[in-house]
Parts: sequence; C-alpha cells; structure tokens
Amino acid sequence: MSTVAETSAAATTDARKAGDWLLVATALLLCIWVLLPIYLLIINALSSPQDVTGFPKRFFPSFDLGSLAFFINFAGVARALWNSVLVATLTMILSIGFGAPAGYALSRFDFPGKGVFRFLVLMTRAFPLPLLALPLAVMFIRTGLDDTALGLALVHTTLALPFAVLITFSLFSGIPVELEEAAWTLGCTRWQAFRKVILPLALPGIAASAVFAFTISWNEVFAAAVLTIENRTLTAFLLQSLGESPLYLKFAGGAALVVPALIFIFAVRKYLFAMWGIANR
Amino acid sequence: MAEIAIKGVAKRFGGFTALHQVDLAIADQEFMVLLGASGCGKTTLLRIVAGLETPSRGEVWIGGRRVDHLPPRDRGIAMVFQNYAVFPHLTVFENIAFGLRMKKLPQADVERRVNRTAELMHIEQLLKRYSGQLSGGQRQRVAVARALAMEPDVILMDEPLSNLDALLRLEMRAELKGVLAASKTTTIYVTHDQVEAMSLADRIAVMHQGRIVQAASPVEVYRNPAARFVGSFIGNPPMNFLPASKAANGSWSVAGLTLPGPKLDRQKIEFAIRPEDVDAGDNGLQATVRVIEPLGPHTLITCDVEGGLFRAVLDSSATVAVGDRLRLAPKPDRIRWFDPETTNAL
Repeated sequence: MSTVAETSAAATTDARKAGDWLLVATALLLCIWVLLPIYLLIINALSSPQDVTGFPKRFFPSFDLGSLAFFINFAGVARALWNSVLVATLTMILSIGFGAPAGYALSRFDFPGKGVFRFLVLMTRAFPLPLLALPLAVMFIRTGLDDTALGLALVHTTLALPFAVLITFSLFSGIPVELEEAAWTLGCTRWQAFRKVILPLALPGIAASAVFAFTISWNEVFAAAVLTIENRTLTAFLLQSLGESPLYLKFAGGAALVVPALIFIFAVRKYLFAMWGIANR
Repeated sequence: MAEIAIKGVAKRFGGFTALHQVDLAIADQEFMVLLGASGCGKTTLLRIVAGLETPSRGEVWIGGRRVDHLPPRDRGIAMVFQNYAVFPHLTVFENIAFGLRMKKLPQADVERRVNRTAELMHIEQLLKRYSGQLSGGQRQRVAVARALAMEPDVILMDEPLSNLDALLRLEMRAELKGVLAASKTTTIYVTHDQVEAMSLADRIAVMHQGRIVQAASPVEVYRNPAARFVGSFIGNPPMNFLPASKAANGSWSVAGLTLPGPKLDRQKIEFAIRPEDVDAGDNGLQATVRVIEPLGPHTLITCDVEGGLFRAVLDSSATVAVGDRLRLAPKPDRIRWFDPETTNAL
C-alpha cells in the first residue's frame, strides 16, 4: 500500500521535474533567440573594424569606438537622426492626442457601436503597410505631404494608434470609476475630475504608451523609405546607404537603431505587460 | 434644512427595469436606510439621488429644490462609496480637503475643517499617509471624514461597512450612528444587512424588485410587515407562514387550530407569526420537532407543521428532543394575516 503510494508520488515528482526542465529549456531557447543577435550586434559595434571581420570572435567587445565615431560623422546621419526624432515625436503626440481620449471613451462610456469600434481599431493592423504605402505616396504627392516629417508621422500614427488606444483603454479601465464619481460629488466637473484624479493616476501609463508610439515610429522602415526622399529618417537612410558600406559600419548603424528602442521598451515594460494581460509586476 | 422627496422615480437599463415608480419622502435630519437583497434597485435609487444616474422618469427634490437635472456637485450631497474611493495619489489630509479646495475655501478654514473631522473619525495621526498605507477600516474612516468635511445637506452611503470584517463592522456601526446623529445631516444609507438597517435607521425602506414595499420605523417593519416579503426578509429566523382556511365569519382554521382573524368574504388567507411569538403549551399548532439548535439564551427548533417547515424560538430551559410532538400556541396579539394573492398584509 505504502509502496504504491510512494511510487506514484515519485512518478508525479518525476513528471513535474521533466515539466520544469521543459519550461527552463524553452525559456532559454527563446532568450537566446532574442538576445543573441542583439549581443552580436553590440559586440561588433563596439569592436574595431579589424575585430569585426577577424576570426575567432571575442566574447567581450574591445570597446573601440572607431566604428561608431565614423558612423556618427558619416554624411547625412545627423540629419537622418534629427528626422527620426522629429517624426517619432510627432507620432507620439498624435497617437496620444487621439488615442488617449478614445481609450478613455472606451473604458468609461457605453455607446452604440462600441464593440465594432474596438474591432476596427484592431483591424487597422490587418492591412499590410506596403498595401497602404503606395496609394498613400500618390495621395501625399498630390497634397504636398510627401517627403515631410508630418506626412510620415501621420502614417506612423496609424500604426501606433491602435496600441495607444488599447493601452490607454486598459489603463483607464484599471482606475475605479468610483474615484471619478467621488470627485464629482466633491464638487468637480467631469473635466476637473479627470484632471485632478484620473490624469495623475494614469500619467505613468500614458507616458509609457507615448514611448511605445515613439518606438514604433523609430523602428519603422518601409513607409519611411517609400514616402521620403530628402528628409529620410535614420532607418530609411541606413537601408539606402549602408547596403554598400563595410560590415563594421552596418553594425554601428544597427546598434544606433536598436539600442534606443530597447531602452525605451525596457523602461515601459510594466505597462506593455499590463496591456497584454500579463500580471502587472 | 434638507428634506428629500423622491417622486415617481423610475429607471430602466435597456430592457431591464431597475426601479418602478418609486415615491419616498425623507425628513430633515432623518436616517433613512434602503434595505433589500442585491439587485433590488436600492443602489440605483441612491445613485439617482446623488446624480450619478439619471432617472428615466420622476423627480428628485432636496431641500425644496428640484435637483434631478443638476450634476452631483450642485446637489449639496456627499457620498461614501462601498469601496471607499479614497484617492490613492493624495494624502489623507488632501483627500479630506479635496472638496473644500474645490469650494475654494481659504487655507486656514480647510485646515480647521480637516483637523476637526479627522479628530471626529479618530484618524488625526494618519493625515500624512497615503491610502495604500491604510487598512480597510482606516480607509473607511477617511471616506466618511471626507464626506463630513463637506458639511453637506445630505450624506449618501452605499454599503459602507460591507467590506469590513465582522468585529470592525460592529464598532464602525455604533460610531457612524453617533457621528451622523451629531452632524444633524439627512442620511440615506444603503445596505443588504438587516441587522445594520435595524440598528442604524430612523426609518427603513424595504425594497424588492425595484419597488419600495414598506417604509417605516425598524420596530414597525419588524412587527407589522406590510407585505409577506418584508416578513420573510426581515428577522433571523424569518417569519413563519401557514395557510389558513375559513372556519366561520371572522375565525380561521390554521393547522387544526381555530383562531379569530379578519372578517373577510373569502376562503383562503395566510397566517403569519414570528418564531419568538409562540409558546409551547397544551393547546396550539401541532408540531413535530425536526432540528434543535441551542443558541445560549434561547433554543431554536425547526418543526413540521402541516408538512411545512416552522421555526420556533423557545426558552433554553425547555426540554425537547427530536421527534417530540409539541403544541405551539401563537401569542394572539402577534398574529398577522396576509392576502396570498397580493401578498399584502390584511
């Protein structure tokens, strides 16, 4: 009797151990999948040109800033960087400006077509950008929006807006409506209650959603390449000019693109997790 | 002076009618409890008075002023919410001061009123804390202090004690009663807890399925339920009901017992008696004991009377055993009669 119990207990322990191993192995594999390219990118960006092409590879970079320095001084990089920041900032302002009110409305009001509206917000992500970019390019040329920061920011806003709406929606939904109602009974108008109670509580999340919009625009390359010629953003510029550049310059350019985005995403990870329904920790 | 008049208020949510035609008058400084099971419309009614919900029909008057078209801030009310709704980004002091700052009172007045209400609610040592650093009971106190500091005409409370543990609830109940009586504020208090309602209220409005069934003093509601529902909802254990059939004009036969009752031109009505209003004796309702529950001061027995359950509270010195056949004599002045069709008292 007791032996049977022990064997079955041992069997469960074994099964659990195997499950644990599987979990750890999968997690490890996924981490390597994501982190290895970033690791190689940074190693190579921080190594001297000789090390990049040489073999065997070093595990630690030589912290030779030669490639990066050369890259920064490369003609057009500074301008492209400025364009990227400008477009990303505009995108951020536009997506929060439109997205946060929409998120608030979705979380607080019941209106006809609410479900459809939410669905449509998501549906905007269903159209591949190449499908949109060419008609847009034609339209932009007609309206004079082509090759401007605003025009590109508008396209990036359509990409970032669904996320802005959904993040702020979950953000506002997480703030009990009673707090707002309490503010109303304590003498606030709707707007005052929002400004004095909801906004201070939602601000960190709104900032996170803004940073996310910034990152989306920062990383976007297709629309940027199609819709701009003179005023290229960093991604479009690199796509165009680094094709023929030596390997070490490509690594430096890649790092210049990836690192800011990584830092931003890391800073706001808590809110992105919350949006995707993972426990907020 | 802030009497409240609710006139013909109805509320529909889509196809669901939460309130049918509710009329209720509440006197100045009265403590009115809205009591009912969940979903009976009591919170909806409170929110309509607060201005957080718009009535589909009807009028709300506070202090002789029609307010149903006014936003909450213009109604002279303050509200305490079930989950307290203490602002997490403000200190306790700023929470209590919130409404006063909205009124643009001078800083000295704000400080005076915050300190006074904090003292009243025994939270003066918590003024610098944030809501995250408070226990449930302390948050409750902050919410009440925030409402009192407004010196409103009317305080509205939505199940304010339901999230507290039993002991704390008992303590806060007594304290609330004292504080609110001293503040001379008209109060509407929503609860599903009949003990809370009985102990706090000047008057209880018992609600059922979107209607006020009875609005009367706690003792009146307990002794003279206006409808069968009130008798079965209030009292623990609830009232006993038995069918009665006509024996002669003005006398009714109940479980083999003939009792004097209302003179009516009908064959069947319902007899009702509270469990504590029967005595075990030689002459009474024939009952077979099923369950005995000694509760200390008295003993609760559950018996079979005419195939139905019947509860009686007997003195704990009574010696009964399961299976005993008892005669339970109802006290004549405590017998109530109900119309089985309308369920109203006769």
